[in-house]
Amino acid sequence: MDYSNLRRQAASMKKSLFDQGYLDEQFCQVEDLQDEASPNFVEEVVTLFFKDSGRLMSNIEQALEKYPRDFSRWDAYMQQLKGSCSSIGASRMKNECMSFRDSCGQGNVEGCMRSFQKVKREHAVLRQKLESYFQLLRQAGPAGAATRPVM
Amino acid sequence: MAVAIETPFHVLAVDDSLPDRKLIERLLKTSSFQVTTVDSGSKALEFLGLHAHEDSPISVQADQQEAAVNLIITDYCMPGMTGYDLLKKIKESSCLRDIPVVIMSSENIPSRINRCLEEGADEFFLKPVRLSDMSKLKPHILKSRCKEQYQQEQHLQSNSESSNSSNPTNENSSNPTNENSSSTCSNSHKRKANDDEVLPHATRPKHN
Repeated sequence: MDYSNLRRQAASMKKSLFDQGYLDEQFCQVEDLQDEASPNFVEEVVTLFFKDSGRLMSNIEQALEKYPRDFSRWDAYMQQLKGSCSSIGASRMKNECMSFRDSCGQGNVEGCMRSFQKVKREHAVLRQKLESYFQLLRQAGPAGAATRPVM
Repeated sequence: MAVAIETPFHVLAVDDSLPDRKLIERLLKTSSFQVTTVDSGSKALEFLGLHAHEDSPISVQADQQEAAVNLIITDYCMPGMTGYDLLKKIKESSCLRDIPVVIMSSENIPSRINRCLEEGADEFFLKPVRLSDMSKLKPHILKSRCKEQYQQEQHLQSNSESSNSSNPTNENSSNPTNENSSSTCSNSHKRKANDDEVLPHATRPKHN
């Protein structure tokens, strides 16, 4: 098994996640917290994020249907989701959350609906990309974890 | 020469978001704090030995010394009791008001920040909280401990002065520095010195 090649692949995958704006500097902050005492920290936090954000998104989905034009409710839910995205550095997803909140501020239902679809899409894409990334890291072995991207 | 053994300071972290709780816990542990996390303001008050709707402390057992909290860090936006509500409850409690409180929020709203600081918060962190923010915590803990030790010294000094009276109990003492309400405090927030630990100022001999 060529571990150094796998590690290179993982590093390259991570770099492109940053280059394409899926992740931002906050993700590096999270990685910096991973060490021998907490060797799977990043993946654990990311897993919690997807669990938590899944729940928040389904709250929003229900609210969009059950509470039409209730922009302050919609905004409050989205604020929570945006905060979560912020915490792990999920940059593109966070931006779509912000668009949604802008639409709430404008009382723009159509805008909210469009933004929410984008939030869902970004969520799905990020989940898939990070899952691949962590899988690659696992294959690359313990030394493959937590390396800063070459920016 | 006594050797100072470092007992880590104990921080209570309050946040309803699961990933955020995990993050703040790791940030604090990495910075050598002992950490307890709870997911709501009411659970925080319970942990601190206070019912959410009263000021009177729950009776605390001796082994609850483990629960002595040196700083509280709380999210602002939480369902039910917000971080601001929690801050108010803490500052209204004679037992807890000296524990430094830090508020975290993902929203940068100056009026919110000012409101918290005016209510007695020691610091306001914008989320996401970073490792570099952790170094701001210890000064608040040390500042409150110095104040506490000064008050303890004053208390001891005035008690020793009043011990010449034949008053068997101190409960109804007219001693101006003895707050009646503080005598019922569980000391849940005071960190007691370990045997070998030398606390600053605490054992300085008094020369009459």
